[in-house]
Amino acid sequence: MSNQFRTTNSSGLINKNKIINFSFNGESLQGYEGDTLASALIANGVHLVGRSFKYHRPRGFLGAGVEEPNAMVQLHEGNRSEPNIMATEVELVEGLVANSQNCWPSVKFDIGEINNLLNRFFPAGFYYKTFMWPKSFWYKIYEPVIRKAAGMGIAPLNPDPDRYEHNYEHCDVLVVGSGPSGLASALAAAKNGAKVILAEDKAHFGGSLLNDDVTIGNMSGREWASDVISQLKNLPNVIVKNRSQVFGYYDHNMTVMFERVSDHIENPNKYTPRQRLHYIRAGEVIVSTGSIERPISFGNNDRPGILLASAAREYMKIYETLVGKKPIIFTNNDTAYSTALEFLKNNITPIILDTRNGSDGELVKEVQNLGVDIKFNSGIANTKGHLKIKSATIGKLDKEKENFISYEEVDCDCICMSGGWTPTVHLSSQAGNKLKFKEEIDAYIPDQKRQKETAIGAANGSYTLDQSLAEGFQVGFELSNKFTSNNSKTDTPSSKEPSFESHERLWCMPLPEGKKPKRFIDFQNDVAVSDVELALREGFRSIEHVKRYTTLGMAGDQGKTSNLNGLQYVSKIEKKIVPEVGHTTFRPPYTPVTIGTIVGREVGNHYLPTRKSPVHHWHEENNAVFVAAGLWVRPRYYPRGSETMSDAVNREAANVRKNVGICDVTTLGKIDIKGPDAPEFLNRIYTNAWMKLPVGKARYGVMLREDGMVMDDGTTSRLSENHFHMTTTTAQAANVLSHLEYYLQVVWPELDVNVLSTTEQWAGIAVAGPKSRELLSKLFPSDDLSNEGLPFMGLIDTKLGNIPARIYRISFSGELAYEVNVESNYGLHLWKKIIEIGSDFGVQPYGTEALSTLRIEMGHVAGPELDGRTIPFDVGLNGMVSQKKDFIGKRSLSKDAFVAEDRQTIVGLVPVDKKSKIPEGSHIVENDKAPTPNPKLGHVSSSCWSVEYNNPFSIAIMKDGKKQIGKTLYAVSPVKDISIPVEVVSSHYVDPKGERVRS
Amino acid sequence: MLEIKCPYCGKRSQNEFSYGGDGNIKRPPLGEEINTKDWDDFVYFRDNPRGKHTELWHHASGCRQWFKASRDTATHEIFATCKMNEDFNV
Repeated sequence: MSNQFRTTNSSGLINKNKIINFSFNGESLQGYEGDTLASALIANGVHLVGRSFKYHRPRGFLGAGVEEPNAMVQLHEGNRSEPNIMATEVELVEGLVANSQNCWPSVKFDIGEINNLLNRFFPAGFYYKTFMWPKSFWYKIYEPVIRKAAGMGIAPLNPDPDRYEHNYEHCDVLVVGSGPSGLASALAAAKNGAKVILAEDKAHFGGSLLNDDVTIGNMSGREWASDVISQLKNLPNVIVKNRSQVFGYYDHNMTVMFERVSDHIENPNKYTPRQRLHYIRAGEVIVSTGSIERPISFGNNDRPGILLASAAREYMKIYETLVGKKPIIFTNNDTAYSTALEFLKNNITPIILDTRNGSDGELVKEVQNLGVDIKFNSGIANTKGHLKIKSATIGKLDKEKENFISYEEVDCDCICMSGGWTPTVHLSSQAGNKLKFKEEIDAYIPDQKRQKETAIGAANGSYTLDQSLAEGFQVGFELSNKFTSNNSKTDTPSSKEPSFESHERLWCMPLPEGKKPKRFIDFQNDVAVSDVELALREGFRSIEHVKRYTTLGMAGDQGKTSNLNGLQYVSKIEKKIVPEVGHTTFRPPYTPVTIGTIVGREVGNHYLPTRKSPVHHWHEENNAVFVAAGLWVRPRYYPRGSETMSDAVNREAANVRKNVGICDVTTLGKIDIKGPDAPEFLNRIYTNAWMKLPVGKARYGVMLREDGMVMDDGTTSRLSENHFHMTTTTAQAANVLSHLEYYLQVVWPELDVNVLSTTEQWAGIAVAGPKSRELLSKLFPSDDLSNEGLPFMGLIDTKLGNIPARIYRISFSGELAYEVNVESNYGLHLWKKIIEIGSDFGVQPYGTEALSTLRIEMGHVAGPELDGRTIPFDVGLNGMVSQKKDFIGKRSLSKDAFVAEDRQTIVGLVPVDKKSKIPEGSHIVENDKAPTPNPKLGHVSSSCWSVEYNNPFSIAIMKDGKKQIGKTLYAVSPVKDISIPVEVVSSHYVDPKGERVRS
Repeated sequence: MLEIKCPYCGKRSQNEFSYGGDGNIKRPPLGEEINTKDWDDFVYFRDNPRGKHTELWHHASGCRQWFKASRDTATHEIFATCKMNEDFNV
C-alpha cells in the first residue's frame, strides 16, 4: 500500500490529483505533485535512507530543508548522476531515480556497519593518530584503502550533459529569505521605489508563515504571504525568485545565488538551463534567513524516525505527510507544542517529554486543555530499533538534571525533538560581521557589520512575529530610502500569534545508568558527545581546533544543526560561558552547489575565447593540423598523404630552404605607435637605438623588464616621421601593450605618444625562401623588389590590385624573406593569390613546427629562450644593448651576477650519433654517471631536426657556454631515462654569417 | 569580487581590471647614476602594509587606462580612486 502515511486534511501545498512515479533503491514508488523526495519517501513509510559517514549507522531524515545532515542520496543515473543530494531539497519529478549511498551491498544490510561495532577503535583523530608510520605505507597501503572507504556518493565519470548559465544582476536591496521579515522588508523597500530582488530557497514563498498558525492583519500567515508575493510580482522594480539560494557573500556586497531552473520540470526545453548562477551586486543586503531548529543529544539519537519537531510539522502542514503514528515529542521549549497540536489535529496523541519544570505558554496550555498529559522534568535516555526507531527509554530527571531517577520503556515510531532555535547567521558572518552571543536565546546573532548587510527577524534573534514584521517594514523602508527620494513608508499590519515561554538550557541528556550509547551532536560527521570530551581531554582548547580534530560542523551541512550544540557542550565541560569559547568561521557555500553551476557555460571550447586568423578556413580545407598558441589556433603542419608529423615538418622546412614557403603570421602582436615623442619612447623601451631609424625602414628590437630580463622581441618599422608599427611575439602581445601603456600613463606621462593594438586589423603572411623575391615580383609587378629597391629591413607601402598592402623585408627563417600585410578582410585573398602564383616556384604552406625548425637552425631565439630568466647576454643579444643611452632595465644589467665571467650563454648541441633527438628540457651535465646531485651546466631550450644537415640540432642555454664549444657533454632527461652524448657547437648552425637574408 | 570605480568609466567589477602594484613607487629618472641598493629597492622591494594602501590598477578590459586606488588591504574597502595626474580627495 502506498502513501499510507498521509494526513487526512488537505491543508498542504501538494496536489493529490497528480501522481508522480519515482524509484528509490530500485523500488517503484508514488508521490504527489508538490512533494519533495523526502516527503514522498516518508509518506511511503521509508525512513531508512542511507548510512552514516564513519560508522555506517542507519540514518533517516533529521530535517525538512537545507539543514538536513543525514538523508543524502545519489540522484539520477548515468552522466546526470549526482552524489550527496539532500532528499529534503529535491522536488519530486516524474521518473526520478534515487539511491542510497555509503552502503554495500544494500542500505538494509551494510558490511561497513562493522565500523559501528568497532567504534571504540575509531575515536576522534583516528586518522591523525593511526596512519603516521611507517611513512612508506602511506602511498601504497593507507591512502588507497582510506580513499576507497571514504566519501559518500559517487561522482559520474563522464561530462555533465546539462546546460548551466551565469547571470549578472544589480539591485538596490537584495532580500534573502521570504519569511515574515523578508516579505515585510521586500514590500517596504519595493513600495518605496527601490530596485529589489527577493530570493527564496524553497519552491514556496512564506518561510515560517507556511507552517505557523498566525494572523497578520485580517489574513492567515499563508494568505498574507501569497498576497505580498503577488503585490511584489506586479511591481516593475522587483525580481522575485523562488528555488534560489544565496549561498555566498563576498567583498563589496557581491553575493552569489544559484537557482534550480528546471530540476523540478519533467521535460524541460532543450536550451533551458538546469541551474543558473546569479552574481548579484547589491546596494544593501537584508539577511532574513530565519532560524534552524536544534536537536538534542541523547543515547542513540540518530535512528531513522528521530527528527526535528519543526520538520515533522512541515511534513504534516505542507506535504500532508505523517512522520509517524506513535510519536514522542521531546523538547526544552514551547515551539514543539505546535507540532503536538498538528498531530492532535490528525487524531494522533503524542507522548510529550519536556525537560523543563513547566510552562505557561499558550501552546502548552492548549495542548493540556486537550487532555494530553505532559511529562515535565523528563527526557530520553536511550532508543531501540536497528533500521527504524521502535521504542525509547524515557525517564524522570533529577533536580540538577544530571541524572535520570527513573526509567520507563515506551513504544514509538518517531521522535520529534526540539532544542530551541539557532539564527541562520551564515551570510552575515561571511560578510565579515562580528557576531555576538545573545543570552536570552543562547545563540549568536549578527552584531558589528563590515559590509552593507542587515539581519532581521529570526536571523537577528527576533523570534516573535510582531518583532519580525516591525523590523522588516522598518529596515526595508530605511535602506530603500538610500536609493530613492520617495520617502513612502508602508504601514506595519497588526499580527497575532501564541505567546511563548523561554527554553531551558539543556541540550544533552545524561547517559542511561550502566550504558554508554552514542549521543550524537553532529550527525553528518558522526561526532558524538564522547568525541568532544576526548578532544578536550587531549588538550584541544580552541574551538577551531576541536572542530578540526573531531570534524564537528564540517562537510556539506556546515554544522547547521550541530555547531551551537557543540559549542554549548564545550562551554559546559570547560566551565566557560559560550562567548568565551567563541565560534568557528562560516564560509561559503551555505549549501552545496553543483560544479556545473559554478562553471556555467565556460566548458570545453567556451572556456576561453578562440582566435582564428582570416585564413583559418583555408588551413582547415588543406588538412592543417592545428595547435593552440595562447588563444590563437595556428596550423602546426600540413600533412600530405600518409606523412607523419616529422615527414611533413621536414618537407615544409626543406622547401623553404630550397624554394619558397608561406606561413600565416597574423597572430603576431601589432601595435600602432604615434606621436612626436614616439622615437624617444621606443628608445627608452628598447635596448638599442631608435632616434635615427629612417622612414621606410624596420629594425629588430629587444625590450627588457626593469629586472634586466628579456621581455619580448620583434621588428618595429617607421612608417612616417611620427608613426611606427611595432610587432611583438604572439604570446606577449597583450603584456607588451599593457607595459607600453604603463610607461606612457604612469612613468613618463610627459611623452606625447599614443599606442593602440592593431593585431586584429592586419593579416600577415611570411613569404620565405630563395624564390620568394621572384614570387612576390610576379604578385606585385609594379614594385621594385630587387635587393636595391627593397633591401633587408626595408619596407614599402603598395597595393595588391586595389588593396593597400605593406611589404616588409624581414626574416625569421634566416632565408631571403618578406612579410606581406593587408587588411584582415583581405588576408584570405592574399594567401590564395600567393598560393596560385607560387605554384610555378614550388610554394608550400608551412606551419609552426617548420617555422621553429627554421629559426632554431639559424640560432634565432624565441619564447623557449626568452623565458623570463634570461638577460640579453644569455641569449646572444648583447650586441643589441646600447652603451650610449639609458632604457628600461639597463641598470640591472650591471649587477654582479649579470656580468659574471661564467654567465650562461646560448650554444648549439648536436648528438654525437647524429641520430638521437634531444628532448627539450633535458639537463646538460659533464658526466652522466656522476652521483646526484649532479651539477647541471644548463638546459636544452629548443630542439629540431636540421633539414640543412639532416641530423638533430638543439639550442641550449649553458653556464660559460662559449667556452664549452667543441666539448662532448651529456644531455640527460631523468624523467625519460635518457642520456645522449652531445657535441657543443655554435648556436648559429646554418648560415652563421647571415648572408642569405641579405641576398 | 571587488567593485572598483574607474575614474574614466565608473564602477565596474574587479574582473575588468588588473592589479598594478604599489602606487607610491617612483621610477628613478633615466640616465642618472643610482647605487645598487637604491636600484634593488626600486625593482624588488615593496612594503606590504596592513590597512590603507595606494596602488595602481589597469582597466585592462575597459578603457585601458592606468589609475590610482586607495584601498584597505585588510578589509578591501576602497576609499577613493583617481586619475594618474590627480590626488585622492580624501
